[in-house]
Amino acid sequence: MKSESENKILSLFLTFLKIGAFTFGGGYAMIPLIQKEVVENKKWMTDEDILEIVAIAESTPGPIAINAATFVGYKTAGFFGAAFSTMGVILPSFFIIVAISFVLNKFENFPAVRYAFYGIRAGVLALIVKALWSMYKQSPKGIVPYIIMAFAFIAVAVLDINVFWVIIGCAVFGLVTSLIKGRTAK
Amino acid sequence: MILINLFLTFFKIGILTFGGGYAMLPLIQEEVAAHGWLTSEELINFVAVSESTPGPFAVNISTYVGMTVGGVLGAVCATLGVAMPSFIVILIVAKCYEKFRSSKIVSGCMSGLKPAVVGLIGAAVVSLGVTVFFPNGLGVYAFKDAAFYLSVAIFAVMSVFAFKKAHPILLICISAVVGIIAGYCFHIV
Repeated sequence: MKSESENKILSLFLTFLKIGAFTFGGGYAMIPLIQKEVVENKKWMTDEDILEIVAIAESTPGPIAINAATFVGYKTAGFFGAAFSTMGVILPSFFIIVAISFVLNKFENFPAVRYAFYGIRAGVLALIVKALWSMYKQSPKGIVPYIIMAFAFIAVAVLDINVFWVIIGCAVFGLVTSLIKGRTAK
Repeated sequence: MILINLFLTFFKIGILTFGGGYAMLPLIQEEVAAHGWLTSEELINFVAVSESTPGPFAVNISTYVGMTVGGVLGAVCATLGVAMPSFIVILIVAKCYEKFRSSKIVSGCMSGLKPAVVGLIGAAVVSLGVTVFFPNGLGVYAFKDAAFYLSVAIFAVMSVFAFKKAHPILLICISAVVGIIAGYCFHIV
Protein backbone atom coordinates (compact mmCIF):
# COMPACT_ATOMS: atom_id res chain seq x y z
CA MET A 1 0.00 0.00 0.00
CA LYS A 2 2.73 2.35 1.01
CA SER A 3 4.86 1.66 -2.03
CA GLU A 4 1.84 2.21 -4.27
CA SER A 5 1.37 5.76 -3.01
CA GLU A 6 5.11 6.33 -3.31
CA ASN A 7 4.93 5.21 -6.93
CA LYS A 8 2.07 7.58 -7.54
CA ILE A 9 4.02 10.49 -6.09
CA LEU A 10 7.07 9.69 -8.22
CA SER A 11 4.84 9.36 -11.25
CA LEU A 12 3.22 12.75 -10.49
CA PHE A 13 6.64 14.33 -10.17
CA LEU A 14 7.81 12.92 -13.52
CA THR A 15 4.56 13.83 -15.26
CA PHE A 16 4.73 17.45 -14.15
CA LEU A 17 8.44 17.59 -14.90
CA LYS A 18 7.56 16.68 -18.46
CA ILE A 19 4.71 19.21 -18.58
CA GLY A 20 6.98 21.94 -17.21
CA ALA A 21 9.73 21.13 -19.70
CA PHE A 22 7.53 21.12 -22.79
CA THR A 23 5.03 23.96 -22.40
CA PHE A 24 5.82 27.29 -23.93
CA GLY A 25 3.71 30.30 -23.04
CA GLY A 26 2.77 29.55 -19.46
CA GLY A 27 -0.28 28.44 -17.51
CA TYR A 28 -3.12 28.30 -20.00
CA ALA A 29 -0.93 26.59 -22.60
CA MET A 30 -0.35 23.93 -19.96
CA ILE A 31 -3.99 22.96 -19.46
CA PRO A 32 -4.36 20.80 -22.62
CA LEU A 33 -1.11 19.00 -21.74
CA ILE A 34 -2.29 18.36 -18.18
CA GLN A 35 -5.57 17.05 -19.57
CA LYS A 36 -3.76 14.65 -21.91
CA GLU A 37 -1.38 13.33 -19.26
CA VAL A 38 -3.63 13.26 -16.21
CA VAL A 39 -6.95 12.28 -17.81
CA GLU A 40 -6.09 10.29 -20.93
CA ASN A 41 -2.78 8.63 -20.03
CA LYS A 42 -2.80 8.20 -16.27
CA LYS A 43 -6.57 8.32 -15.67
CA TRP A 44 -6.09 10.07 -12.33
CA MET A 45 -8.85 12.57 -13.05
CA THR A 46 -11.83 13.20 -15.34
CA ASP A 47 -12.47 15.96 -17.86
CA GLU A 48 -14.81 17.64 -15.37
CA ASP A 49 -11.98 17.78 -12.86
CA ILE A 50 -9.87 19.65 -15.41
CA LEU A 51 -12.62 22.25 -15.93
CA GLU A 52 -12.79 22.54 -12.17
CA ILE A 53 -9.04 23.16 -12.03
CA VAL A 54 -9.30 26.01 -14.53
CA ALA A 55 -12.16 27.60 -12.56
CA ILE A 56 -10.24 27.33 -9.28
CA ALA A 57 -6.94 28.48 -10.74
CA GLU A 58 -8.61 31.59 -12.10
CA SER A 59 -10.17 32.60 -8.79
CA THR A 60 -7.20 31.94 -6.51
CA PRO A 61 -4.00 33.94 -6.33
CA GLY A 62 -0.82 32.79 -8.02
CA PRO A 63 0.29 31.51 -11.39
CA ILE A 64 -2.12 29.10 -13.13
CA ALA A 65 0.61 26.48 -13.65
CA ILE A 66 1.38 26.19 -9.95
CA ASN A 67 -2.28 26.25 -8.95
CA ALA A 68 -3.05 23.45 -11.40
CA ALA A 69 -0.05 21.30 -10.41
CA THR A 70 -0.81 21.67 -6.70
CA PHE A 71 -4.49 20.82 -7.21
CA VAL A 72 -3.89 17.74 -9.36
CA GLY A 73 -1.18 16.51 -7.01
CA TYR A 74 -3.32 16.96 -3.92
CA LYS A 75 -6.39 15.27 -5.40
CA THR A 76 -4.29 12.35 -6.64
CA ALA A 77 -1.93 11.70 -3.74
CA GLY A 78 -2.49 14.19 -0.90
CA PHE A 79 0.02 16.69 0.46
CA PHE A 80 3.17 15.01 -0.85
CA GLY A 81 1.54 14.56 -4.23
CA ALA A 82 0.92 18.31 -4.28
CA ALA A 83 4.47 19.13 -3.19
CA PHE A 84 6.13 16.88 -5.77
CA SER A 85 3.85 17.93 -8.64
CA THR A 86 4.59 21.58 -7.93
CA MET A 87 8.33 20.94 -7.73
CA GLY A 88 8.12 19.00 -10.97
CA VAL A 89 6.44 21.84 -12.84
CA ILE A 90 8.90 24.42 -11.49
CA LEU A 91 12.26 22.63 -11.86
CA PRO A 92 12.66 22.61 -15.67
CA SER A 93 12.15 26.37 -16.03
CA PHE A 94 14.24 27.00 -12.96
CA PHE A 95 17.29 25.19 -14.34
CA ILE A 96 16.85 26.55 -17.86
CA ILE A 97 16.66 30.15 -16.63
CA VAL A 98 19.61 29.75 -14.27
CA ALA A 99 21.66 28.49 -17.24
CA ILE A 100 20.38 31.22 -19.57
CA SER A 101 21.06 34.03 -17.11
CA PHE A 102 24.82 33.29 -17.34
CA VAL A 103 24.69 33.49 -21.13
CA LEU A 104 22.46 36.60 -21.21
CA ASN A 105 24.75 38.60 -18.95
CA LYS A 106 27.76 37.66 -21.02
CA PHE A 107 26.43 38.66 -24.43
CA GLU A 108 24.09 41.55 -23.66
CA ASN A 109 26.68 44.18 -24.59
CA PHE A 110 27.46 42.79 -28.05
CA PRO A 111 26.13 45.26 -30.67
CA ALA A 112 24.24 42.55 -32.60
CA VAL A 113 22.56 41.35 -29.40
CA ARG A 114 21.69 44.92 -28.41
CA TYR A 115 20.16 45.57 -31.84
CA ALA A 116 18.28 42.28 -31.75
CA PHE A 117 16.75 43.14 -28.39
CA TYR A 118 15.87 46.61 -29.66
CA GLY A 119 13.71 44.93 -32.30
CA ILE A 120 12.47 42.25 -29.93
CA ARG A 121 11.21 44.79 -27.40
CA ALA A 122 8.85 46.28 -30.00
CA GLY A 123 7.66 42.77 -30.91
CA VAL A 124 7.12 41.83 -27.27
CA LEU A 125 5.06 44.97 -26.71
CA ALA A 126 2.79 43.73 -29.51
CA LEU A 127 2.48 40.36 -27.71
CA ILE A 128 1.56 42.11 -24.46
CA VAL A 129 -1.04 44.26 -26.22
CA LYS A 130 -2.52 41.07 -27.70
CA ALA A 131 -2.61 39.53 -24.19
CA LEU A 132 -4.31 42.69 -22.89
CA TRP A 133 -6.96 42.35 -25.60
CA SER A 134 -7.64 38.68 -24.71
CA MET A 135 -7.97 39.57 -21.03
CA TYR A 136 -10.34 42.41 -21.87
CA LYS A 137 -12.52 39.99 -23.86
CA GLN A 138 -12.65 37.57 -20.90
CA SER A 139 -13.38 40.25 -18.34
CA PRO A 140 -16.98 41.02 -17.30
CA LYS A 141 -18.56 43.90 -19.24
CA GLY A 142 -20.87 46.65 -17.93
CA ILE A 143 -20.72 50.01 -16.21
CA VAL A 144 -19.15 48.82 -12.95
CA PRO A 145 -16.38 46.73 -14.61
CA TYR A 146 -15.58 49.62 -16.97
CA ILE A 147 -15.31 52.01 -14.03
CA ILE A 148 -12.95 49.59 -12.26
CA MET A 149 -10.81 49.21 -15.41
CA ALA A 150 -10.58 52.97 -15.86
CA PHE A 151 -9.86 53.52 -12.18
CA ALA A 152 -7.09 50.89 -12.10
CA PHE A 153 -5.54 52.33 -15.25
CA ILE A 154 -5.62 55.97 -14.08
CA ALA A 155 -4.51 55.11 -10.55
CA VAL A 156 -1.31 53.50 -11.82
CA ALA A 157 -0.57 55.29 -15.11
CA VAL A 158 -1.46 58.83 -14.02
CA LEU A 159 -1.63 59.01 -10.22
CA ASP A 160 1.26 56.60 -9.63
CA ILE A 161 -0.56 54.75 -6.83
CA ASN A 162 1.02 51.48 -5.68
CA VAL A 163 -0.31 48.44 -7.61
CA PHE A 164 -0.69 46.58 -4.30
CA TRP A 165 -3.32 49.04 -3.02
CA VAL A 166 -5.09 49.23 -6.37
CA ILE A 167 -5.58 45.45 -6.42
CA ILE A 168 -6.88 45.36 -2.85
CA GLY A 169 -9.09 48.40 -3.46
CA CYS A 170 -10.63 46.87 -6.60
CA ALA A 171 -11.30 43.55 -4.84
CA VAL A 172 -13.11 45.35 -2.00
CA PHE A 173 -15.01 47.53 -4.46
CA GLY A 174 -16.08 44.48 -6.48
CA LEU A 175 -17.19 42.72 -3.30
CA VAL A 176 -19.21 45.69 -2.05
CA THR A 177 -20.94 46.35 -5.38
CA SER A 178 -21.82 42.68 -5.85
CA LEU A 179 -23.24 42.45 -2.31
CA ILE A 180 -25.33 45.59 -2.89
CA LYS A 181 -26.52 44.19 -6.23
CA GLY A 182 -27.42 40.89 -4.53
CA ARG A 183 -29.39 42.71 -1.85
CA THR A 184 -31.38 44.92 -4.24
CA ALA A 185 -32.10 41.91 -6.47
CA LYS A 186 -33.89 40.28 -3.53
CA MET B 1 18.98 40.08 3.98
CA ILE B 2 18.70 40.23 0.18
CA LEU B 3 17.48 36.62 0.19
CA ILE B 4 14.69 37.39 2.66
CA ASN B 5 13.80 40.47 0.69
CA LEU B 6 13.59 38.44 -2.55
CA PHE B 7 11.42 35.81 -0.90
CA LEU B 8 9.02 38.33 0.66
CA THR B 9 8.76 40.45 -2.48
CA PHE B 10 7.93 37.48 -4.68
CA PHE B 11 5.58 36.10 -2.03
CA LYS B 12 3.68 39.39 -2.21
CA ILE B 13 3.66 39.21 -6.02
CA GLY B 14 2.40 35.61 -5.90
CA ILE B 15 -0.41 36.37 -3.51
CA LEU B 16 -1.66 39.35 -5.53
CA THR B 17 -1.60 37.76 -8.99
CA PHE B 18 -5.01 36.73 -10.28
CA GLY B 19 -5.29 35.17 -13.71
CA GLY B 20 -2.76 33.74 -16.09
CA GLY B 21 -0.32 35.07 -18.61
CA TYR B 22 0.74 38.64 -18.02
CA ALA B 23 -1.50 39.34 -15.00
CA MET B 24 1.73 39.34 -13.00
CA LEU B 25 3.49 41.90 -15.18
CA PRO B 26 2.27 45.15 -13.50
CA LEU B 27 3.29 43.86 -10.06
CA ILE B 28 6.68 42.62 -11.25
CA GLN B 29 7.29 45.91 -13.03
CA GLU B 30 6.56 47.95 -9.93
CA GLU B 31 8.59 45.78 -7.56
CA VAL B 32 11.73 45.39 -9.70
CA ALA B 33 11.74 49.13 -10.36
CA ALA B 34 11.21 49.99 -6.69
CA HIS B 35 14.10 47.74 -5.63
CA GLY B 36 16.28 48.69 -8.59
CA TRP B 37 16.63 45.00 -9.52
CA LEU B 38 16.00 45.31 -13.28
CA THR B 39 15.54 48.23 -15.64
CA SER B 40 12.36 48.51 -17.66
CA GLU B 41 14.35 47.49 -20.77
CA GLU B 42 15.78 44.40 -19.10
CA LEU B 43 12.28 43.39 -18.00
CA ILE B 44 10.88 43.54 -21.56
CA ASN B 45 13.96 41.72 -22.89
CA PHE B 46 13.29 39.00 -20.39
CA VAL B 47 9.62 38.69 -21.41
CA ALA B 48 10.99 37.69 -24.82
CA VAL B 49 13.34 35.14 -23.25
CA SER B 50 10.47 33.74 -21.20
CA GLU B 51 8.25 33.40 -24.28
CA SER B 52 11.02 31.45 -26.01
CA THR B 53 11.78 29.04 -23.15
CA PRO B 54 9.50 26.44 -21.59
CA GLY B 55 7.70 26.92 -18.32
CA PRO B 56 5.38 29.48 -16.77
CA PHE B 57 6.28 33.20 -16.96
CA ALA B 58 5.97 33.49 -13.17
CA VAL B 59 8.66 30.90 -12.50
CA ASN B 60 10.91 32.17 -15.30
CA ILE B 61 10.84 35.80 -14.19
CA SER B 62 11.25 35.07 -10.48
CA THR B 63 14.18 32.74 -11.18
CA TYR B 64 15.80 35.35 -13.41
CA VAL B 65 15.37 38.28 -11.02
CA GLY B 66 16.56 36.13 -8.11
CA MET B 67 19.56 34.95 -10.10
CA THR B 68 20.52 38.47 -11.18
CA VAL B 69 20.21 39.93 -7.68
CA GLY B 70 21.31 37.09 -5.41
CA GLY B 71 22.78 34.23 -7.47
CA VAL B 72 21.47 30.67 -7.33
CA LEU B 73 20.26 31.04 -3.73
CA GLY B 74 18.48 34.22 -4.72
CA ALA B 75 16.77 32.34 -7.55
CA VAL B 76 15.64 29.63 -5.12
CA CYS B 77 14.22 32.19 -2.67
CA ALA B 78 12.38 34.20 -5.32
CA THR B 79 10.88 31.11 -6.95
CA LEU B 80 9.83 29.62 -3.61
CA GLY B 81 8.28 32.97 -2.75
CA VAL B 82 6.21 33.17 -5.91
CA ALA B 83 5.03 29.55 -5.66
CA MET B 84 4.27 29.41 -1.93
CA PRO B 85 1.01 31.44 -1.84
CA SER B 86 -0.69 29.40 -4.58
CA PHE B 87 0.49 26.17 -3.03
CA ILE B 88 -0.94 27.02 0.40
CA VAL B 89 -4.17 28.52 -0.96
CA ILE B 90 -4.84 25.52 -3.25
CA LEU B 91 -4.28 23.06 -0.40
CA ILE B 92 -6.91 24.93 1.63
CA VAL B 93 -9.32 25.31 -1.29
CA ALA B 94 -9.00 21.65 -2.33
CA LYS B 95 -10.31 20.67 1.12
CA CYS B 96 -13.40 22.86 1.04
CA TYR B 97 -13.97 23.20 -2.67
CA GLU B 98 -17.79 23.31 -2.64
CA LYS B 99 -17.86 26.07 -0.05
CA PHE B 100 -15.25 28.01 -2.01
CA ARG B 101 -17.07 27.73 -5.31
CA SER B 102 -20.40 28.94 -3.96
CA SER B 103 -18.86 31.69 -1.84
CA LYS B 104 -20.35 35.13 -2.57
CA ILE B 105 -17.26 36.76 -1.10
CA VAL B 106 -14.92 35.02 -3.56
CA SER B 107 -17.09 35.76 -6.60
CA GLY B 108 -17.59 39.34 -5.40
CA CYS B 109 -13.86 39.97 -5.09
CA MET B 110 -13.25 38.35 -8.48
CA SER B 111 -15.83 40.66 -10.09
CA GLY B 112 -13.56 43.53 -9.04
CA LEU B 113 -10.25 41.82 -9.72
CA LYS B 114 -10.86 40.74 -13.33
CA PRO B 115 -11.45 44.23 -14.71
CA ALA B 116 -8.74 45.63 -12.40
CA VAL B 117 -6.13 43.37 -14.03
CA VAL B 118 -7.16 44.70 -17.47
CA GLY B 119 -6.67 48.29 -16.31
CA LEU B 120 -3.35 47.44 -14.65
CA ILE B 121 -1.93 45.73 -17.72
CA GLY B 122 -3.12 48.72 -19.75
CA ALA B 123 -1.05 50.97 -17.49
CA ALA B 124 1.92 48.60 -17.82
CA VAL B 125 1.62 48.77 -21.63
CA VAL B 126 1.80 52.58 -21.51
CA SER B 127 4.93 52.72 -19.38
CA LEU B 128 6.63 49.85 -21.25
CA GLY B 129 5.64 51.62 -24.48
CA VAL B 130 7.65 54.67 -23.43
CA THR B 131 10.67 52.42 -22.87
CA VAL B 132 10.22 50.65 -26.21
CA PHE B 133 9.53 53.65 -28.42
CA PHE B 134 12.08 56.04 -26.91
CA PRO B 135 15.19 53.92 -26.39
CA ASN B 136 17.34 57.05 -26.28
CA GLY B 137 15.16 58.79 -23.71
CA LEU B 138 12.29 61.26 -23.86
CA GLY B 139 13.41 64.72 -24.92
CA VAL B 140 13.19 67.47 -27.50
CA TYR B 141 14.67 65.24 -30.20
CA ALA B 142 12.65 62.13 -29.31
CA PHE B 143 10.43 62.49 -32.38
CA LYS B 144 13.35 63.21 -34.71
CA ASP B 145 14.98 59.93 -33.71
CA ALA B 146 15.08 57.09 -36.29
CA ALA B 147 14.90 54.65 -33.35
CA PHE B 148 11.41 55.96 -32.53
CA TYR B 149 9.97 55.48 -36.02
CA LEU B 150 11.60 52.10 -36.49
CA SER B 151 10.28 50.69 -33.23
CA VAL B 152 6.80 52.04 -33.96
CA ALA B 153 6.97 50.32 -37.37
CA ILE B 154 8.13 47.01 -35.87
CA PHE B 155 5.42 47.25 -33.21
CA ALA B 156 2.71 47.95 -35.80
CA VAL B 157 3.69 45.04 -38.07
CA MET B 158 4.15 42.66 -35.14
CA SER B 159 0.75 43.62 -33.74
CA VAL B 160 -0.79 42.37 -36.96
CA PHE B 161 1.22 39.16 -36.58
CA ALA B 162 0.13 38.79 -32.95
CA PHE B 163 -3.55 39.30 -33.70
CA LYS B 164 -3.32 36.86 -36.62
CA LYS B 165 -2.10 34.38 -33.96
CA ALA B 166 1.44 33.97 -35.29
CA HIS B 167 3.57 31.88 -32.95
CA PRO B 168 5.27 34.14 -30.35
CA ILE B 169 8.70 32.61 -31.04
CA LEU B 170 8.37 33.30 -34.78
CA LEU B 171 7.31 36.85 -33.99
CA ILE B 172 10.29 37.35 -31.68
CA CYS B 173 12.72 35.95 -34.27
CA ILE B 174 11.43 38.28 -36.99
CA SER B 175 11.64 41.28 -34.63
CA ALA B 176 15.21 40.32 -33.76
CA VAL B 177 16.29 40.10 -37.40
CA VAL B 178 14.66 43.44 -38.24
CA GLY B 179 16.30 44.96 -35.15
CA ILE B 180 19.75 43.73 -36.17
CA ILE B 181 19.40 44.98 -39.76
CA ALA B 182 18.03 48.34 -38.61
CA GLY B 183 20.70 48.60 -35.93
CA TYR B 184 23.61 48.16 -38.33
CA CYS B 185 22.05 50.45 -40.96
CA PHE B 186 21.11 53.34 -38.65
CA HIS B 187 23.25 52.81 -35.51
CA ILE B 188 20.20 53.50 -33.42
CA VAL B 189 20.88 52.40 -29.87
